[in-house]
Amino acid sequence: MNETAPVQSQGFYAEEMTISVGPQHPSTHGVLRFVVKTDGEVINEAIPDVGYLHRSIEKIGEKVTWHGYVPYTDRADYLAAMFANQVFCMAAEKLAGTEVTRRGEFCRVIACELNRIASHLISVGTFGQDIGAMTPFVHALRERETINNLMEEICGARLTYNYIRIGGVGYDILPETCTRITEFLDHFEPIVDEFNRLLSNNKIFIERLAGVAVISKEDAFSYNLVGPNLRGCGIKWDIRRDIPYSVYPELEFEVPVGTGQVGTLGDSYDRYWVRIRELQESCKILRQCLKMFPKGPAIAKVPRKFKPPVGECYARVEAPRGDMGFYVVSDGSEYPYRVRIRTGSFTAMSIIDKLSKGIMVADLIALIGSLDVDAPEIDR
Amino acid sequence: MQAYIDQLIRDGYFAGMPKEVVYAVAMVLAAFIVLSVFVAPLAGVTSWLERRVWARMQSRVGPNRVGPQGILQWLADGIKNLLKEDLIPSAADAKLFSLAPYVVFVGFLCAFVVIPFGSQLIVADLNIGILYILAVTSLVVVGILMAGWSSNNKWSLLGGMRSAAQIVSYEIPAGLSILTIVFLAGTMSMQGIIKAQGWAPWDWFLFNNPFTFAAFFLYFTAALAEGNRTPFDIPEAESELVAGYVTEYSGMRFLFFFFAEWGNLYVIGAVATTLFLGGWQVPPVTSDPILLGVLQFVVFFLKAYLWVFIAMWVRATLPRVRVDQLMALCWKYMVPLSFLCLLGTICWMLVFPKGNQIFSVAMFVLGLLIVAYFFKRVVFQIRHARPELYFKPHI
Repeated sequence: MNETAPVQSQGFYAEEMTISVGPQHPSTHGVLRFVVKTDGEVINEAIPDVGYLHRSIEKIGEKVTWHGYVPYTDRADYLAAMFANQVFCMAAEKLAGTEVTRRGEFCRVIACELNRIASHLISVGTFGQDIGAMTPFVHALRERETINNLMEEICGARLTYNYIRIGGVGYDILPETCTRITEFLDHFEPIVDEFNRLLSNNKIFIERLAGVAVISKEDAFSYNLVGPNLRGCGIKWDIRRDIPYSVYPELEFEVPVGTGQVGTLGDSYDRYWVRIRELQESCKILRQCLKMFPKGPAIAKVPRKFKPPVGECYARVEAPRGDMGFYVVSDGSEYPYRVRIRTGSFTAMSIIDKLSKGIMVADLIALIGSLDVDAPEIDR
Repeated sequence: MQAYIDQLIRDGYFAGMPKEVVYAVAMVLAAFIVLSVFVAPLAGVTSWLERRVWARMQSRVGPNRVGPQGILQWLADGIKNLLKEDLIPSAADAKLFSLAPYVVFVGFLCAFVVIPFGSQLIVADLNIGILYILAVTSLVVVGILMAGWSSNNKWSLLGGMRSAAQIVSYEIPAGLSILTIVFLAGTMSMQGIIKAQGWAPWDWFLFNNPFTFAAFFLYFTAALAEGNRTPFDIPEAESELVAGYVTEYSGMRFLFFFFAEWGNLYVIGAVATTLFLGGWQVPPVTSDPILLGVLQFVVFFLKAYLWVFIAMWVRATLPRVRVDQLMALCWKYMVPLSFLCLLGTICWMLVFPKGNQIFSVAMFVLGLLIVAYFFKRVVFQIRHARPELYFKPHI
């Protein structure tokens, strides 16, 4: 797979064609660009070109207060804004030694898992569209719309939430909202089965993905893949389980891993299937949280002028696109001294060049979709 | 049609004019009438219906603003595209670029010359009708290749190349499955093939023997691929090639490609109906020629449009195959299978020179059972689709 024999050796002379995939291309999920060198339909090289969506989020962190930076973190990955909120607040709390209230922790987990479902729905829906199936995409977005409505009830925003604050959450989740979330879960769990009947079990869909762009365990480690991409290679690694945070140790959930059920272990279908399984696992977590939801204040008392002591810390959560980490340094002032964001998509992007050698143009699109790279998360 | 003009000439309506000129004028007029009265609204309404059917399958609403239920949407789209700037990229080969849409358009429009609408309603009943259709629809690939090459865009080029490989390959299984029917009917004339069948389903060539039954599905699949329809729409694969060979087109030229695609859907359905589904054959219920003509037209149109609808349904359901899988499907499975169908039909004709009525009825019952099972599955899916959602967006 990996070596493309030079065409000249067969007695032909074929010129290499350079195609620019993106930044405006229907399947690059935002403004990504690949400089693709092809021999007809077969790709010799696909060089990712990042930087089209750079917004200096890390630098902005040094210019705004600790509290004031939370809304900016939304923009690090706008499909999963809740996770960036949470991980920044976790870092700040760890520095200052703030205790989050128990109800606050549950509110965080509920909001995050809802957001994980929404983000995975986008991921599997657009993946279907990359393969050419238009209907699953619209069905997935229809379900996500309900989650957006729920999010609007919880925090007033539909995309960039700014919900999680240092010490807890901005607004408590009301009992009516809890009922609606349960209603949504009752509705959504059968929808996952419908989605599988429509797309996941489709023969053409499986044929397109089985054995395509296989990532070995060694490659997954050496390219630092995280999240569903890593679990798709059969490695059971989930921050929620292995470096527990928040109330996840109290919750029961499985960590789905790829099994190579239709092709090779670590192929595109495994990565897709891990996401579908995670939708179901998130539903399970949400049901447990709603059952265990304690009473009490949603946010701890945090001074308005938040000044953590001098020091540095690194916090990480399991975001939909894998391990998301914030490294923050405090010099004891009102402003962070340094903020560094580590995201899953950036490392996933780096393996595309290696995997794309010898595959076809259509497979490259499937590969990008299966890695679920997200333009804002790559550049920040 | 020709007989009618001959009658007019004999009655002395065109005295003094050469016979050829009369024929030429009559052909142009007939083509004009077919184009303006039938083809243009048909392709337009098909475009609206496709968007509408597609939308309902995706729990959306679809175009519903222009006219009742949005049925005039295609007129609005057409006017909008006519008023748009006719943009030709400076790097493009301007002549080929301008010409390409018309080649595609002519390729599909010529097919309407031999497509019957009733026992009397046909522009020209050529004795090589079905061969003629195969020939003129092949012209489409020339247009697509021209568009892909002349745009001077790499996506267009890839799309054009894919299209050429695809259409040329899929013509073989399509042609071979058509050949089985030509053997059975003993003629290539469209009307002749229809006349060789009867109004009852067991008199259709579809249920004549198991090989024609298989040939029908081979033909329909190959025709979908020739028409660049999902799951074989790789030449314009939106998520891979941006828009394939139409990437650089805009305005009316862009519309011509899609006009041809939607019109071509009807051609696929009409050919399938003619060859396999008994065409315009109706039970002898009336002897009034006008009423009979209307009845025949309605029957033919409904049969043909059923396959247009199924093509829309397939498009809303299936993902797209990859280009190598597409070729493998054609050369490894469909070509050998269609050869088998051809040989099987020949053997069948040797064994049962007059056909086998009992077997045909049994095939018909089997077909009904397959359709019944299919509908059971559809009902199952609909029952599990939880339609209450569509009426309560807030859960």
